[in-house]
Amino acid sequence: MSTALHNLVNQPYKHGFVTDIESESVPKGLSEDVIRMISAKKLEPEWLLEFRLSAYRHWLTMEEPSWANVSYPKIDFQDIIYFSQPKPKKQLNSLDEVDPELKRTFDKLGVPLHEQKLMTGVAVDVIFDSVSVTTTYKAKLAEIGIIFCSFSEAVREHPELIKQYLGSVVPTSDNFYAALNSAVFTDGSFCFIPKGVKCPMDLSTYFRINTEGSGQFERTLIVAEEGASVCYLEGCTAPQFDTNQLHAAVVELVALDNADIKYSTVQNWYAGDENGKGGIYNFVTKRGLCKGVNSKISWTQVETGSAITWKYPSCVLLGDNSIGEFYSVALTNHMQQADTGTKMIHVGKNTRSKIISKGISAGRSSNCYRGQVKIGSRAAGARNYSQCDSMLIGDRCEASTFPTIDVQNTSALVEHEASTSKIGEDQMFFFAQRGIDSEEAISMIINGFCKDVFVHLPMEFAVEATKLLGLKLEGSVG
Amino acid sequence: MINNGSRVLLEVKGLHASVEGVEILKGVDLTVRAGEVHAIMGVNGSGKSTFSKVLAGHPDYTVTKGSAMFEGKDLFSLEPEERARAGVFLAFQYPVEIPGVSNSALLRLAYNTLQTERGLEELDPLEFDDLLQEKIKIVEMDPGFLSRSVNEGFSGGEKKRNEILQMAVLEPKLAILDETDSGLDIDALRIVASGVNKLLTPDNAVVMVTHYQRLLNYIVPDYVHVMSAGRIVKTGGKELALELEARGYDWLKVAA
Repeated sequence: MSTALHNLVNQPYKHGFVTDIESESVPKGLSEDVIRMISAKKLEPEWLLEFRLSAYRHWLTMEEPSWANVSYPKIDFQDIIYFSQPKPKKQLNSLDEVDPELKRTFDKLGVPLHEQKLMTGVAVDVIFDSVSVTTTYKAKLAEIGIIFCSFSEAVREHPELIKQYLGSVVPTSDNFYAALNSAVFTDGSFCFIPKGVKCPMDLSTYFRINTEGSGQFERTLIVAEEGASVCYLEGCTAPQFDTNQLHAAVVELVALDNADIKYSTVQNWYAGDENGKGGIYNFVTKRGLCKGVNSKISWTQVETGSAITWKYPSCVLLGDNSIGEFYSVALTNHMQQADTGTKMIHVGKNTRSKIISKGISAGRSSNCYRGQVKIGSRAAGARNYSQCDSMLIGDRCEASTFPTIDVQNTSALVEHEASTSKIGEDQMFFFAQRGIDSEEAISMIINGFCKDVFVHLPMEFAVEATKLLGLKLEGSVG
Repeated sequence: MINNGSRVLLEVKGLHASVEGVEILKGVDLTVRAGEVHAIMGVNGSGKSTFSKVLAGHPDYTVTKGSAMFEGKDLFSLEPEERARAGVFLAFQYPVEIPGVSNSALLRLAYNTLQTERGLEELDPLEFDDLLQEKIKIVEMDPGFLSRSVNEGFSGGEKKRNEILQMAVLEPKLAILDETDSGLDIDALRIVASGVNKLLTPDNAVVMVTHYQRLLNYIVPDYVHVMSAGRIVKTGGKELALELEARGYDWLKVAA
């Protein structure tokens, strides 16, 4: 099995985007004029334009970070088109029109039929029509006061909420890419769970994927008020190809007293070819603020795609007794580079955090865990537990761990455990000698290695993630 | 006792094999019939372990000449997993650790793969656990080992016992034990040997690769072969092992 399948997973997306680029785009490059133009096209209020401009002015003073354990050619920020309308995918009339190879991948991943339709842009039938699905859910959610919509819509419909929370977790000046995003973001998602409401279903970007493709500079904001709770699923597990080179998204989560936010991601963007040509640079800033007492934010991520991943979903534990969690599987193959991890900033008393990171490196890839646990002077009784495990597949890949621990309160308890294991030809031969083929062997190894993280994924995500990891590792051992 | 009329399981003829371009096996002939126990002895580097790995299909080794028929099938035309499913089992000299994969999960997957191959029903985890509880008695193993990761943190002796447990579960037609006795203390050796003896039937066969005669006190071979410089240079009964113990290998050495 095989190269065919493996090629197919990494092949560029074949379905063209049809939209009138001319009328929707602004000129290449970045300037205050371009930002004003973006803001004007989106009919934004004055304060949002000011937000963008101040971010841009700050960005001009910043240096592109170079501390990450990744290398890539210098990005020419004047060579990027910063605004084009979200690209609707080409409408197909039935699944028969979908590239049969892509279809086979979907089947392999076990993606349900109607989701396949949503993802490939097939016009779905009455029952599963994406619009009606969205509308139905939206109506149901609205009844209990939940707002779940695109970011642009939120700016129009709920400006007071956006004004209150935008940039409250990731300030415009936070880092180079966050500043860039704040200046030029085009769209994204907004989710608001009012006081005391437990969101009755997992909120997923599935609902929006057909009408609005993922933007290059996405902005996500999730707010859970007092006692509210929500599970948010980002992305989809099927191969998602995108020709955009640089992705710099910002995700902000805010949890007030006793609120609970669980954010899960399965990322499988185009990773470039075997020799590292092409692929997405995924430079994302994700941060959650446990603002209230007893609040909880939990990040779960499965990162398998992108040529370069630079991503540290973090928690600021401000409220007393608040909890931050980070569960991560990062897989790199071929020439992929991942520098990912988390930051747990303990500010409040008795705050707790847990980090479980599983890095899998294959091919000639480099996989790096970078973490920071900071216990502030006021954070009496704070606790952290970190576990970072690396698995090497073959002997040409690299795994590194850079944990930073900074404790300023003597009553805090911080634990860090790390391990490295290797899967090589000998292990694969052992499985073969017991009658088990390599595909099943890899899936068994990966499952075993990642189970501490997979248990935190929603069931169907976990199943797909397992298959996806197996698929990505085809042919990398033995 | 040997019944020379019994069925031939394995027939190796003129086998040459090399690793990284260096020829290790230089014309091995061996016939193994159902119900037989064979011991292959010899000094380090004589080709014993290579022979067992070549039969199992280790990718590092290249067969350059000769043939091996297993129950009438050309062994070398089969992938390693196909050989295993056909009933060839290798107990490894250095069992590998598989972090994160539990012993019982591995055994169940291997067992069910074989069941499917044989056209039999797969066992669910509960049914399989019943089977496993019986099998671990054969190697006197603590059930606690079943839920641990394969060989992770096992002592040398525990790893070897675990290999025999796998053999007990998979019930191969031909079991090749590659220095299963090395690194075992005398109690562990007795347990492993008694496990193997319990698994012997008139329908299967065992090929033991070993340095030392002491294993053969517990698992009594029908044939003892001496390997030197990539060939079997002498074959005898169990008394040959005793002679080797007394005289060493030097008198059998051939020029490489």
